[in-house]
Amino acid sequence: MSFINYSSREINCKIVYYGPGLCGKTTNLQYIYSKTNPEAKGKMISLETGTERTLLFDFLPISLGEIRGFKTRFHLFTVPGQVFYDASRKLILKGVDGVVFVADSQVERLDANIESFESLVNNLKEHGEDLEKLPFVIQYNKRDLPNAVDLSYLEEVFNPRGVQSFEAVAPTGQGVFDTLKAVAKQVLVELKRGDRQKTP
Amino acid sequence: MNTQTVLFEEDSKRLSQACLNLQQEAYARAVFLLDKDGQLLANEGEIDGLDTTSLASLTAGNIAATGGLAKLLGEKEFPVQVHEGDKESIHISLIGERLILVILFDQRSSLGLIRLKLKHAYQDILEISQDIFDKPKEEMKSVFSEITDDDIDDFFGLD
Ligand SMILES: Nc1nc2c(ncn2[C@@H]2O[C@H](COP(=O)(O)OP(=O)(O)OP(=O)(O)O)[C@@H](O)[C@H]2O)c(=O)[nH]1
Ligand SMILES: [Mg+2]
Repeated sequence: MSFINYSSREINCKIVYYGPGLCGKTTNLQYIYSKTNPEAKGKMISLETGTERTLLFDFLPISLGEIRGFKTRFHLFTVPGQVFYDASRKLILKGVDGVVFVADSQVERLDANIESFESLVNNLKEHGEDLEKLPFVIQYNKRDLPNAVDLSYLEEVFNPRGVQSFEAVAPTGQGVFDTLKAVAKQVLVELKRGDRQKTP
Repeated sequence: MNTQTVLFEEDSKRLSQACLNLQQEAYARAVFLLDKDGQLLANEGEIDGLDTTSLASLTAGNIAATGGLAKLLGEKEFPVQVHEGDKESIHISLIGERLILVILFDQRSSLGLIRLKLKHAYQDILEISQDIFDKPKEEMKSVFSEITDDDIDDFFGLD
């Protein structure tokens, strides 16, 4: 959950990038890191295996500016996408303010996306959160690959509710900041509304 | 249950004071207080050159993982962890349900002294934190109602 510090005049919010293994979550954060001014970012921490797969999480704190004299920071996390790290994924979702689901557009990853999406819904439930009530955007990544599935098909499968969604090619940055801004904005709007209730 | 943490000026001062007392009495290098989401509530002592945001998020990740392990084994939690290095050591303990206290220390102190002084400080910090978490919700809501839609739009117009 967001954190408001009157003493240091800061608002901190937590955004989690969720999705199947190798879909490009870490790449999103790396791109954001590389394009953010030094004074607006902290260190990027990656707890990964020897083969660059996320083991526990990636963490990147960025500040996007001030609102009413409060420095507004977003703590960006990625989860480990590999199936057997589900326990870690659940931990990272605790206290989340907004979620980005990164889907891998490649046709052979369709089932992996579906499985990951279902685990997102279930893991949130275990924290008393309902995906339908959380700030939430979808990113269809790897649009550059020839085996990418038609957008309309992906939308039909993953986005029946019609939440904001973006096409992306994370290594080149296409769609990366659009995704981040959209979820961050939803988080702030939600904070302002301030009446999100958890279901136990 | 709403777990949002809101820290007001006066509570922040009280927490900082409690941490400072502990840091001085225990001859610790630095003392940090954070919540389980990794948000830093207070830090005292020699913190120049330390990346406190990273320290907080790694500690919170560590506590979350250890808590997961505890549950697997049928324990409620492992309330204390100590890591002793050649020069620097770190003592991590849970305060109540929601806070984590991190004490960095070196050869100027000792594990025994840390434990002894922590006993006194624990209750202090717990009481202050209960005041913080029990604050009525209305007081918190007003914070955000000041933010306008224009503020939010401007915020994103910046870059
Ligand atoms: N062609 C292409 N490759 C991509 C794209 N996004 C990421 N990749 C590559 O896919 C690989 C995996 O990316 P990561 O960002 O590490 O994936 P991840 O989702 O963090 O994976 P886990 O940590 O295992 O969950 C890397 O080699 C990236 O360079 C994309 O849009 N297009
Ligand atoms: Mg990764």
